Amino acid sequence: MTGKERIARRIAREFRDGFYVNLGIGLPTMIAGYVPAGIDVMFQSENGMLGVGGPPTDECADPDLINAGKQPVTELPGCSFFASEESFAMIRGGHMDMSILGAMQVDEHGNLANWTIPGKMVKGMGGAMDLVAGARRVIVAMEHQTKEGASRILKECSLPLTGRSVVHDIVTELCWIRVTADGLMLTEVAEGLDAAEVQARTEAKLLVSPDLRVMTVGVSA
Amino acid sequence: MNKVAKTAEEAVADIRSGSTVMLGGFGLCGIPENLIAALVKLRVTGLHTISNNMGVDGFGMGLMLEAEMIASHVGSYVGENRRLEALVLKKELDLTLIPQGTLAERIRAGGAGIPAFYVPTGLGTVVAEGKETRKIDDRTYVLEHALHADVALIKAWKGDRLGNLVYRKTARNFNPAMATAAKLTIAEVEELVEPGELDPDHIITPGIYVNRVVVGAVYRKPIESKFIQSGGAA
Repeated sequence: MTGKERIARRIAREFRDGFYVNLGIGLPTMIAGYVPAGIDVMFQSENGMLGVGGPPTDECADPDLINAGKQPVTELPGCSFFASEESFAMIRGGHMDMSILGAMQVDEHGNLANWTIPGKMVKGMGGAMDLVAGARRVIVAMEHQTKEGASRILKECSLPLTGRSVVHDIVTELCWIRVTADGLMLTEVAEGLDAAEVQARTEAKLLVSPDLRVMTVGVSA
Repeated sequence: MNKVAKTAEEAVADIRSGSTVMLGGFGLCGIPENLIAALVKLRVTGLHTISNNMGVDGFGMGLMLEAEMIASHVGSYVGENRRLEALVLKKELDLTLIPQGTLAERIRAGGAGIPAFYVPTGLGTVVAEGKETRKIDDRTYVLEHALHADVALIKAWKGDRLGNLVYRKTARNFNPAMATAAKLTIAEVEELVEPGELDPDHIITPGIYVNRVVVGAVYRKPIESKFIQSGGAA
């Protein structure tokens, strides 16, 4: 199993029946494939859809039916379409149970940076700033370190922020970290790792939960 | 009352260089592709565009960029357009990136007679720099101002000669809000129907917001994720 798959599987276990969830582009989109049996989750796509289904076959792809990653999707029974201003009213208005986003950096204060590298990358924040400002719970899903092996979980973000003190949880292939008023609290570690090993790969200081557990990705289930 | 223009070229003929133009669509989905093509033929320049994205190299607003028609752009995500990225890094195009929900609401406010409003979005980031903030109850908000345009170019699925419009699936996106926020709103539709054929309960954009309606001559409607993978229009 890849690290990304571990992350996706673990986060899917947080879903509860009846949740409305927005999945960011990239890794977070994978989570839709691992919703536990018996649980109904409505995925929202900020371009104007609730009840987003999986990818269509190539022949069935409809250019008028895409997700926020501009990939073709399908309709689930009970889905609905709406305009952008309404989509963001439901996001900003606190109606989304969960927003799961990728990140370039997260820090000890729950600050998130995921939209730009000054002088290098011109892309834009899309809906990320609205999502982190409005969702009830914001989960960052990302690989623990950069390809070069640098920590993405820092004392202070160095890149321009997407949101200040907006992240509730950070999930990587190594661990689950909860953002608390006292700092970053390590609550789960991947099987075969311990807290010291995770800390060694993390720039930010990690507090260790007294209830530290092994991160269950639910493969055997 | 008949708002129907015969061709996209006729519909855009009086758009002037230097205008502020809103363009509907999300990625390549729900973009006014026939009106964009007509505007490119018209060769107007120095446009100030407002649109969530900016097409891709080879399609949509990417064609306007290649024709050097755009002086400035306000949007939320332009990541699929390498030409734009290069122009911005060289400071040859003035790009303002704002959060997508704030963009949508600023356009909505523009059409609804609301000059400004407070949002939590972007507080403590570059988006809030230089903007008024205000604490309401126990949270601090950023003041955002309405957006207006000289022209809105939008895309609907079906419309009638009165300008009533319905949209299809996720091709709705920014189109209805933009229809309300410009002095001149031009809608292209895939199908023109008789007044009364659209169920009044299902009309999303009432005709009052629309000045001109034109049936798009050709729809390519590429799927952006596949268009980029396949190397675009080349």
